[in-house]
Amino acid sequence: MEKYETHTHDVIVIGAGGAGLRAAIEASAQGASVGLVCKSLLGKAHTVMAEGGVAAALANVDAQDDWKVHFHDTMHGGKMLNNWRMAQLHAQEAPERVRELEHWGALFDRTKDGKIMQRAFGGHTWKRLAHVGDRTGLEMIRTLQDRGIHSGMDVYMECTITHLLKDGERISGAFGYWRESGRFVLFKTKAVILATGGIGKSYKVTSNSWEYTGDGHALAYDAGAELIDMEFVQFHPTGMVWPPSVKGLLVTEAVRGEGGLLTNRNGERFMEKYDPQRMELSTRDVVARSIYIEVQEGRGTPHGGAYLDISHRGAEYVKKKLPSMYHQFMEFAEIDITKEPMEVFPTTHYMMGGVRVDADTAGSTVPGLFAAGEVAGGMHGANRLGGNSLSDLLVFGRRAGLGAAQYANELRDNTLKIDDVDLEKASQEMLKPFENAEGENPYTVHQALQEAMSSYVGVFRTKEKLEDGLEELQVLKDRASQLRIEGSRMYNPGWHLCKDLKSMLIVSEAIAKSAHQREESRGAHSRVDFPNYDNEKWGTVNSVISKDNGTMKIGTSPLPQMPEELRKIVEGGHK
Amino acid sequence: MAVVKMRVYRGDSNGGKEREYEVPLEEGMVVLDAIHFIQANYDGDLAVRWNCKAAKCGSCSAEINGMPKLTCKTRLDSLPLDKPVTVYPVKTFPIIKDLVTDVSWNYKVRKMIPPFTPAKDTKWVMYQEDVERGQEFRKCIECFLCQDVCHILRNHDKKNEFFGPRMFIKMAELEMHPLDTLDRKEFLRGQAGLGYCNITKCCTEVCPEHIHITDNAIIPLKERVADTYFDPLQWLFGRSKGSPKQ
Repeated sequence: MEKYETHTHDVIVIGAGGAGLRAAIEASAQGASVGLVCKSLLGKAHTVMAEGGVAAALANVDAQDDWKVHFHDTMHGGKMLNNWRMAQLHAQEAPERVRELEHWGALFDRTKDGKIMQRAFGGHTWKRLAHVGDRTGLEMIRTLQDRGIHSGMDVYMECTITHLLKDGERISGAFGYWRESGRFVLFKTKAVILATGGIGKSYKVTSNSWEYTGDGHALAYDAGAELIDMEFVQFHPTGMVWPPSVKGLLVTEAVRGEGGLLTNRNGERFMEKYDPQRMELSTRDVVARSIYIEVQEGRGTPHGGAYLDISHRGAEYVKKKLPSMYHQFMEFAEIDITKEPMEVFPTTHYMMGGVRVDADTAGSTVPGLFAAGEVAGGMHGANRLGGNSLSDLLVFGRRAGLGAAQYANELRDNTLKIDDVDLEKASQEMLKPFENAEGENPYTVHQALQEAMSSYVGVFRTKEKLEDGLEELQVLKDRASQLRIEGSRMYNPGWHLCKDLKSMLIVSEAIAKSAHQREESRGAHSRVDFPNYDNEKWGTVNSVISKDNGTMKIGTSPLPQMPEELRKIVEGGHK
Repeated sequence: MAVVKMRVYRGDSNGGKEREYEVPLEEGMVVLDAIHFIQANYDGDLAVRWNCKAAKCGSCSAEINGMPKLTCKTRLDSLPLDKPVTVYPVKTFPIIKDLVTDVSWNYKVRKMIPPFTPAKDTKWVMYQEDVERGQEFRKCIECFLCQDVCHILRNHDKKNEFFGPRMFIKMAELEMHPLDTLDRKEFLRGQAGLGYCNITKCCTEVCPEHIHITDNAIIPLKERVADTYFDPLQWLFGRSKGSPKQ
C-alpha cells in the first residue's frame, strides 16, 4: 500500500455543520483531543442554508410557551413516531442552547424589550423561532465556527472520510483522502461522531448541496449500525421552480411564518381544503402534498407550482424580515416579491431517518460510534417541524460531544488496532475507477439515480413503483461498480463522485426498502395504495435497516414506551 | 438552442491554459451551471468549489470576464455572449487546480483575531438598533472576493502585514457588539495593518452581500484608531485604554 499520513485523536467528528461543530466544541471542552473533518472548507456546511429560525421555547414573544408545548408539537408533528426521549430532551434543552449561542456572540433579532425575537412557524403552537431575518443558519454556523477555532480542536478541511475502521466490535479509526492532493489519510481514534447531514443529492430536485450524499448513513450502515425511519424523506413544500437553474432552491417557511398566502392558478387559497384550521401554517408534509395535488389536478401555475404571496405585508417589512428571499428572487428569477407572488413546488429537503442512537448519549449500536443532527434518526419521527432542525443540531451535537468524550475517556489507553488488510481494501476500492479500462461516467449514473428516486420513491408512493425502483437500484448498483474516470487524483470531482455514489446507493436502497415495508401513510411517507394511518400495526414500530452478511436487511422494532406523565402532555390540551 | 462559448482556465501550480467549451444555454442559467455541464459532459476532473448554489455559502468565487464574482450568482444572460465567457481562479490566492485556490491564509489570520469577550456578569439584553450594525457585517459569507480584489493583497501581496477587508468587518462586528469588552484598536493598528487601507472601495463594489465594507466598517475603525492614537486631546487625558465602547 502507498504511503499515507496518520493523525491520532480521542474523538473524530465527521462533518462541520451545526451538529459537528457543536459536538467538537463540547468534546474539546471535556478535555478530549478532537479532530474535526469536513468535506468542504470550514463554515460552508449546509447549515448556512437554514433560514427561518431555531425553535426553542424561550417564551420571549408568547409568554404561554414552555418545553411541554414544544414537546407536544414535536410529537404531533412527527405523527407520534418520534423517539419520545429525544423529543423531550430537545424541548427541554433548546432554550439553553440558543442562549448559549448568544453568549458566544450571535446577534439574533430583538423584541422591543431587548430579548431574542421569535416568529411563528408551521406546526408550532406559539411564536417560537429565534431568528436573524432569514439567515439564521449562517448566524449559527458563524457563531460555532468562531467558538470552534478557539477551542483547541484540529480542523481538517476538504478531507473526505470513506471508511470507518474497527478493532473487533469497537471503532478504531477513519480512513479517507485529501481533496487537494487525493492522497490518503488515516485518523486513529477511540470515538467517531457522525455529523454528516442528509441525503438530498439522491434526488433530482433538492434544496441540498453536493455534500448531501448520505455519507454518514452509509458509513454507519457499513460499520454495522442500525438505520431507522429511512422511509421518511421530507419534501419541503416550497422550493423555487423557475428558472430551471434554481429549481429546488429553498424558499424559507418564514415566508408563510410572516403571513405568506398560498394560492392556485384560479386564485383559491387551497389550504382551506386540506387544513382549514392551520391553513398555510400547517405542517410541511401536509402543505407539500397539497401543492402537489393542486398541480396534479391541473390548477398549477404556468411553471407548474403554486403561488406564494407575501406582497401584502408591504415592501419595507418584507425587505427587513426576508432580505435573503427578496434578493434570491430578484437576482435569480427577476421577480420582486414585494410586488408579485413567487411560484413554488416541493423540493427534497430533509432526512428524518438515520442512525439509531441513544437519546442521552447519541451513541449508536456500535461501540465508539456516535451520531448527531440530520444523520441521526428518531428525533423527528415521520415529519420534522420547521425550526426543529437547528435546535436538534445544538442539543444533540452537544450531547454527542459529551457522550463521545466520556466514552474515549473511559477507554484511557488507546490500544485499539487498525487492520492493514482493511486499509489495503479501502485504498483499492478508492483507486479502482482510475484502473478500469472500460466503464461508465459517474455523472451519468448519478443522473440516472436521481431520475429513479424522483420517479419511484418521490412524494407519492405505491407498491408497484417501489418495486420497480428497487429493481432499478440493483441495475444502478451494477453500473456504479464499473465506473471509469479521467485525470489525476488531484482535486478531481469525478473521482469524488464515484465514492459519493456508493453512499447514495446505500441510502436510496434503504429508503425504498423502508417505504415498501410501511403499508400506511404517515407524515412524509404517502402511500397511494394505503392512504390512511394504521395505528394498530405501523403506528407502533420503527423500520430498521441493518447489514446482514453483505446484504441489506429490513425489519421493524417496537417504539420505545413513553412514560405516563409525558403521554398526558401529548394527549392533553396544550394551550 | 443557443450555445455559449466558455473559456475556463485549466491548470495547477505548474502552469496551465484556457480551454474552450461549448455549453447549451438555458433560461436563467448561471456560470456555475455551465461549469457543471462541462464536468458532466466533457471533463469530469474540472476542479471547482461550490456548495449551496444560492449565494449563501461563498464557496464558488472566481473571476468571470476578469471580474471577481460568485459563479452561482452570475447569470449568463447578464454577460455579453457574442464573445466567449472567461472563467479564471481568483488571482490573489495560490492556485491548487483549475478554479480552486488555496485560501488557507484567510483562516490563519481569522484565528488571530481576539474573539468575542463578554463581561462575566453580562445581562443579555440588547435592542434591535444596537445589534443592527453588527448584523450587517455578520451577513458576510466569507467568499473572500473582497480579499481577492483588495490591491494591498492583490498587487502588493502584503499578507504578512495586512489582514484585508473581510477581517476588518469581522473586527468591526466585534468592536461594535454592544456586549463585547475587548479593545482591538492596538491590534488593528499593528498586526492587522488597518493603516494600509487607502479607501479605494473595491471591496465594497464586489461584495455579493452588499455590505458597506468601507463606509460602515473600515472608516469607523480608522476613526477610532485615529481618535485614540493621534488625537492630542485623547492623548492628554490618557484615555487610550479602557475607553467605553461607542
